[in-house]
Amino acid sequence: MLDPELRDLYQEVILDHNKSPRNFKKLETANRTAEGYNPLCGDKIDIFIDVEDGVVKNISFQGSGCAISKASASLMSTIVKGKTVEEAKSLFEKFHNLITGKLDENASIEELGKLAVLAGVKEFPVRVKCASLAWHTMLTALKNENKTVTTE
Amino acid sequence: MSVKQESVIDQIKSTYDVYKIREDFPILKTRIRNKPLCYFDNAATTQKPQQVLDIVDNYYTSMNSNIHRGVHYLSNLATDAYEDARKKVKSFINAASEKEIIFTKGTTEGINLVANSFGRKFLKEGDEIIISNMEHHSNIVPWQFLCNEKKAKLKIIPIDDRGEIIFDEFLKLVSDRTKLISVVYISNSLGTVNPVKEIIEIAHKYNIPVLLDAAQTVNHRPVNVEELDCDFLAFSGHKLYGPTGIGVLYGKEKLLDAMSPFMGGGDMISKVTFEETTFNELPFKFEAGTSNIAGAIGLGAAIDYVSSIGMEKIAAHEASLLEYATQRLKEVPGLKIIGNAKYKSGVISFIFYNIHPHDVGTLLDYEGIAIRTGHHCTQPVMERYNIPATSRASFGLYNTIEEVDILVDALKKVIEVFNA
Repeated sequence: MLDPELRDLYQEVILDHNKSPRNFKKLETANRTAEGYNPLCGDKIDIFIDVEDGVVKNISFQGSGCAISKASASLMSTIVKGKTVEEAKSLFEKFHNLITGKLDENASIEELGKLAVLAGVKEFPVRVKCASLAWHTMLTALKNENKTVTTE
Repeated sequence: MSVKQESVIDQIKSTYDVYKIREDFPILKTRIRNKPLCYFDNAATTQKPQQVLDIVDNYYTSMNSNIHRGVHYLSNLATDAYEDARKKVKSFINAASEKEIIFTKGTTEGINLVANSFGRKFLKEGDEIIISNMEHHSNIVPWQFLCNEKKAKLKIIPIDDRGEIIFDEFLKLVSDRTKLISVVYISNSLGTVNPVKEIIEIAHKYNIPVLLDAAQTVNHRPVNVEELDCDFLAFSGHKLYGPTGIGVLYGKEKLLDAMSPFMGGGDMISKVTFEETTFNELPFKFEAGTSNIAGAIGLGAAIDYVSSIGMEKIAAHEASLLEYATQRLKEVPGLKIIGNAKYKSGVISFIFYNIHPHDVGTLLDYEGIAIRTGHHCTQPVMERYNIPATSRASFGLYNTIEEVDILVDALKKVIEVFNA
């Protein structure tokens, strides 16, 4: 039996996205890309985005990482597809508050949808970087700054 | 359990009372989420026995004072204790003289000292330094600094799939241009015990000095610098059951004499005017500023502690643990050991093709098991095997067969969670 705190971290949805990550490929039509890197654990992620008229038309990723980072990237890709760049940015802010335990208790997490399964990360401070790597990398890609992002 | 495994256990239990030894380490009684602590992160740092804690406490309680220049009672006490620790180190590694024992803050400082004091003085453009593919970052970066400054070249001895250096390739690298060889004695990420004696023999034919990174060695087996004939040897106190922030650089007196000080400051001088400074004699020339006095005395106590058990016995105990664990880990489906050298120390790095080491580490933590996950400050090793990271269990003198069993059972649970 898994410890309940651990079960909160490794929810079925996360294990599923880790095993079968969505949008896990190179996007040929991408007009925005960025590479993310966590020097602490050697995790690497490449994000590919197709932005048209300020809207994320398509997004994908590739790379290697732990279950938390992979699931977070996978969930992110499913949720920001179709959103405007501004919406994606504000979503990250909310998500970051969620995983660092800074989210107001009364705040609605409906907008976060499935991302809420990553709430368990807040009990594991060393894993916050794992959950946020994909997001930091996406923001860099959206800013069209062609550079490597590190979590340090 | 096989007959062979049973005989291994019997052998351990008959020659070595690990349970009595564990009583010396208060932290080993820690319970994590109501489970006993299984501490398998000894390659990162080791726990400290009460004997070391008491000596450090006693230093601050009854003799705290600055050393070497004081005329008062406490200063004399502290100086004697500090210099006594140096004598213990000298005997422990069988150096010829206390002049050859320089206290540093750790292995990293020792290597940096050689890079600066030896390298900057004797290296010139076009010269070469040889290291191996399995070095810790602390035995790579100082040489890169040096080579960049001097327009010298860093040459790398390649390693094979088992994690052994390819000796023939090493032989090809050695030449008249080689000014220093700096290699790890035992790899922190692969556990490989390198053929350092053979390396030194070859190097000395060309009059090339050799520095050994012994951070993962002095704590696991007897080290005799006279027998090895190494020119420099660096290690850390905290991996030898002593305090953090203290380490040792051994150097042959002739070489140390020829080198200039690494840092300037108090205690390393004999006379200072605004025009010039003459340096103190060895080993003080290399110990600028107030040293980690409590750390050195604590290291002396740690040396007394491991010597009272016996380094040979510790080595045999850990070899049995390694053999037992290597066998038992074969029961864990999908587990692959990285580093299968013929001569190995008590380090097991492993991966699963579909489970990331960080997830393994987090799940084991909930079973009370402390392991290391990541690149272990050896990114070129990870690159060599084309993996981002490994999980690493490393053994110390207090680990038991039962703890290995707990590790194996916990890893089987990890598989269940991820392969469900």
